Amino acid sequence: MIKYMLKSGIRMILLIIAISIAAFFIMEISPIDPLQTNIGQTALGIMSQEQIEKLQNYWGTNENAVKRYIEWITDFISGDMGISLLYRQPVYHVITQRLTNSIWILCIAWLLSGIFGVALGIISATKEGSILDKVIKGIAILFSSTPVFWFALIVLMIFSVWLKWFPIGFSIPIGVMTEDVTLLNKIHHGILPTFVLSIVGMPNIILHTREKMNDILKSDYILFAKALGKTKKQIILQHGIRNVLLPAITLQFASISEIVSGSILAEQVFSYPGLGQIAVTAGLGGDMPLLLAVVVICSCFVCGGNFLADMIYHIIDPRIQLKGKNT
Amino acid sequence: MLLEMEHITITAGQKNILKNFFLNIKEKELVALVGASGSGKSILAHSIIGITPESVICSGVIKYKGNILTEEIKSKLLGNEIVLIPQNTSYLDPLMKVGMQVAKGKKDKKHLQKVKELFQKYNMEHSVINQYPFMLSGGMTRRVFICSALMETPKLVIADEPTPGLHKEMAQKVVSHFREIADMGAGVLMITHDLELAISTADKIIVLYNGEIMEVTKAENFKSEHTLYHYYTKALWKAMPKNGFQNITIYRTNEKGCPFAQYCKKSKKQCITDEIPYFKKEESIIKCLFAGGEKQCY
Repeated sequence: MIKYMLKSGIRMILLIIAISIAAFFIMEISPIDPLQTNIGQTALGIMSQEQIEKLQNYWGTNENAVKRYIEWITDFISGDMGISLLYRQPVYHVITQRLTNSIWILCIAWLLSGIFGVALGIISATKEGSILDKVIKGIAILFSSTPVFWFALIVLMIFSVWLKWFPIGFSIPIGVMTEDVTLLNKIHHGILPTFVLSIVGMPNIILHTREKMNDILKSDYILFAKALGKTKKQIILQHGIRNVLLPAITLQFASISEIVSGSILAEQVFSYPGLGQIAVTAGLGGDMPLLLAVVVICSCFVCGGNFLADMIYHIIDPRIQLKGKNT
Repeated sequence: MLLEMEHITITAGQKNILKNFFLNIKEKELVALVGASGSGKSILAHSIIGITPESVICSGVIKYKGNILTEEIKSKLLGNEIVLIPQNTSYLDPLMKVGMQVAKGKKDKKHLQKVKELFQKYNMEHSVINQYPFMLSGGMTRRVFICSALMETPKLVIADEPTPGLHKEMAQKVVSHFREIADMGAGVLMITHDLELAISTADKIIVLYNGEIMEVTKAENFKSEHTLYHYYTKALWKAMPKNGFQNITIYRTNEKGCPFAQYCKKSKKQCITDEIPYFKKEESIIKCLFAGGEKQCY
């Protein structure tokens, strides 16, 4: 077990390094010039060649790409994430601030989509072929093919613009001092992004759970449970849920990636200053240190989710657990 | 009579699985249903219990203790009076401890005590109660099923192929448990393709071929070829190692009539052209025109 953990841990770290390399070089070949986006077209135009060179030296944009990457990663490993070009503050500060905004939205959306997804999937499978099943399945398919940003826009239009129930954006009210922002304010601003993210994460989980549950209900041990005179309710509670939970948990942890990627688009629509929004800003602004840090942190979430799924599987599935003990 | 079945026809889609099947089981009687793989034995067991897929249609009369076995009666009796002993491990929930499955999910002291007693009776260590199905051997799985059947006092036990995958002694032992259950007062229907095992333990043997009963006879009649009447039963007898080990080759050509018409020495023209009725001779029932005896209305 420990050997296995170490092995997948090392694999995870290598993967994250590979992701950071990929992100770095994609940014490198992108047509966005960090100087131009930061100083502005006109300012760059009126600068003398000397001044531009000075700036290039200051930011290090004229150095060799490989050298810059190696410098970045050695700094990063030693704990220095660098300074954001756009915000003129340490990346660490920018990220922790955004992360605290994002993390609770991500967590709640993740839990809600998991709980409701599994519940709806089970209901749908147990009533296979009924109108309820068709409705759930239909909606799940519809939403899994809906783009996140489009759905977010519709939600924003209905609940913020027309009904005026929720603010149109940001994480705190406009024109209020930071000290005066209440928890209620924050919750009020977080509800719509959370809602959109949970709905977006759900269809996949519903459809997977439904499929798994259908397989289980057609298995021999369910047949035997029927032969023992158990009612449908007993069968679902005693055997169905027990067996569907394992794949559901794996899926739930694997779905972290979807929630994280969904948050990038959703936060953009809601102008919600979270990790996702900052990724877009950093990408478009050519802010390499910030973008790389966001990429690394997001991939930590995703890889960490998969790793946890793997470990939990090992702990709760008796078949894997006991086999491990024997060897 | 404990279980009576008449005019049972089972179809799956266009295919006839069982044709005009009949069966009687008394208390304390062990009836073995013998036939080659694919002759429709398992489907029959599942039909009595009522767990066949929707595409399988079963028509005919099934009576339990003289009353027609309706869904309503079934739902009361399944699991206590009428029990199924399934084929293999896949019939156990892979994620539930064996003991809990035998106790049918009931956690009270009385049931747990009963589980312990049964496990002891069937020579399984105490620790097996807390094991998962994938840890059981083939023989243990069968004993677990038997324990599960004996949690209440069953009146009718239907055992679907209880012996494949077991070596001879183990199979013999498992089957001897069915004999015990029958002697305790239950009627047992044992579905098997192991003729020798059936002869050694059953009271009555039903020989099935291609979805139709060829002969119903007492197990002791298998002691000699002369007390068996149907061509196929005799051929099975001759195929047994101690009786000559003769090969049975059958190529069915005719739709109607007896499938063995072209091999049987007694066969005449009507064996190929006519529907063959059942005849009763002594206590045997035979689907053959020339076995002698009285014509039956099955």
